[in-house]
Amino acid sequence: MTAATEPGPAPGVPLLEARGVSFSFGRGSVLDEVSLAVHPGEFVALVGPNGAGKSTLLKILLGSLPASLGSVRLFGAAPEDVHDRWRLGYVPQRPILSSELPATVEEIVSAGRLRQRGWWRTLRPEDHDAVHHALASVGLGDLAHTPLNELSGGQQQRAFIARAFASGPDLLVLDEPIAGVDGESQRKFRDSLVHLIQEHGSGVLLVSHELAAVARDLDRVVVLKRHVLFDGTPDELAASGVSLGVHRDDLPLWLEGLR
Amino acid sequence: MIGAIPLPYPFDAAFMQRALAACVVVGVFAPVIGTFLVQRRLSLVGDGIGHVAFAGVGAGLLAGVWPVWTALAFAVAGAVGVEYLRMRKKASGDLALALFFYAGIALGVVFASRAGNGSIDFETLPYLFGDPFRVSDAGVGAVILLGTGITAGVWALRRVLFAIVTDEDWARVAGLPVDAMNAALAALTAAAIVAAMKIVGILLVAALMALPVATAQLLARSFRDTMRLGVAIGAGSAVIGLALSRPLNLSPGGAIVMVAAALFAVVAVAKRTVPLLQGAH
Ligand SMILES: Nc1ncnc2c1ncn2[C@@H]1O[C@H](COP(=O)(O)OP(=O)(O)O)[C@@H](O)[C@H]1O
Ligand SMILES: [Mg+2]
Repeated sequence: MTAATEPGPAPGVPLLEARGVSFSFGRGSVLDEVSLAVHPGEFVALVGPNGAGKSTLLKILLGSLPASLGSVRLFGAAPEDVHDRWRLGYVPQRPILSSELPATVEEIVSAGRLRQRGWWRTLRPEDHDAVHHALASVGLGDLAHTPLNELSGGQQQRAFIARAFASGPDLLVLDEPIAGVDGESQRKFRDSLVHLIQEHGSGVLLVSHELAAVARDLDRVVVLKRHVLFDGTPDELAASGVSLGVHRDDLPLWLEGLR
Repeated sequence: MIGAIPLPYPFDAAFMQRALAACVVVGVFAPVIGTFLVQRRLSLVGDGIGHVAFAGVGAGLLAGVWPVWTALAFAVAGAVGVEYLRMRKKASGDLALALFFYAGIALGVVFASRAGNGSIDFETLPYLFGDPFRVSDAGVGAVILLGTGITAGVWALRRVLFAIVTDEDWARVAGLPVDAMNAALAALTAAAIVAAMKIVGILLVAALMALPVATAQLLARSFRDTMRLGVAIGAGSAVIGLALSRPLNLSPGGAIVMVAAALFAVVAVAKRTVPLLQGAH
């Protein structure tokens, strides 16, 4: 399977869609009737206080957890039926890597090509090109051969973003990728996301508390706290009182008043 | 062929050359597979699988079957069982694993003593402690064959195994065959333990999987170099340990692991004290 024969993002059909999704880890519901969609070329932010269910919703959307109620579509299919999974780029909230692991940035990012190439095959020149392109786009081109554990937290996080970029995903899902990342890394991060959306027509779903760096690029903001409290443009959200860039920590109290 | 090569003392004798071939092969494939176990913090699981393999040895002795076959069957079943417990997160607190492993060695002792009419006889000891001096040509051939198969298997899967052991959650979302690969790694680990058990002993195989990799990690700056250096250290430990064991009358398995442990200690201390090595992180 090569990129040329794969269908690109079809307009109209959402890349990712949740309809009336409810979920609980036992007693007490974590998600209640949540609906959400991300279309090709769209940049959507998902915000909400800690424990609001953001990570849980992502796991359901990506097929790692089954929804108790409601339906989920990934590339127009049930998540478990999606076979060309390389179309999905994922940056987990906290990648668990042992600090002794002597793996270079390039080795980590190359894993992003496995699914597209066929995991049993060796990487070809075009795979190495894609890896280096992904590294350059997050500003880590010079550090390709540096062990990951010698990088700063922000640089490590960019390496995981590059791993997600490496397959040229149609949909990129990121779970708090820039928590505690320095300003320069945040700017590079913003530039690479915008590049992916504009050059590739990809859709992006970003979970983050820190929207200052991307506030002007967002198409939609979804505020989640068990329910969807708000789903609309940043302007509409700003019109309800406060601009997005101000709030770096938790969901501001005023947003709770939206309900 | 082996034994006819003119090598200097202590490798001049035919039995030493057979031992050398077998030990070097083990010194190579143990760290190859150990590279992935160490990343998953599963170095001790290799030990546990060895305990289960010992139950298979006992069962083979009791049933009059070549113990390598029964050990292989027990070890693979044990390894896949451990992987299942790990996957289901049912092995919390290590207690389930401990139960598994101690029951394995107890069962082995019970079987072996039954086979030996109440006592553990000399037939059992080579499995526990290894006896490369008495390995036959066919035995060397079997170790080489199994070792080549294990190394080739891990090598073919190295990229996907790397992705999984470093970030399993991501690998799952990325659509990599995580469960199948974890089971394959467990089965290959079991095969490696059984292939090495009559050479360095069930009790010490796992040490040879973990120690050279631990040393390599202190020096290497990439995953690829970790594996290569681990292999070099494993093979080197095998040669040095074996060379020491003849003149000093030591058990070769013990001597090889002592060399590997000493190398780790030297490198760990040197890394703290020698400025040149401190950049190598
Ligand atoms: N594996 C789990 N088992 C039980 N409860 C969980 C689990 N993961 C998350 N939760 C609970 O679900 C709620 C939502 O968590 P999460 O989705 O991680 O929130 P967020 O990502 O928005 O901070 C929290 O109350 C959390 O304690
Ligand atoms: Mg979260």
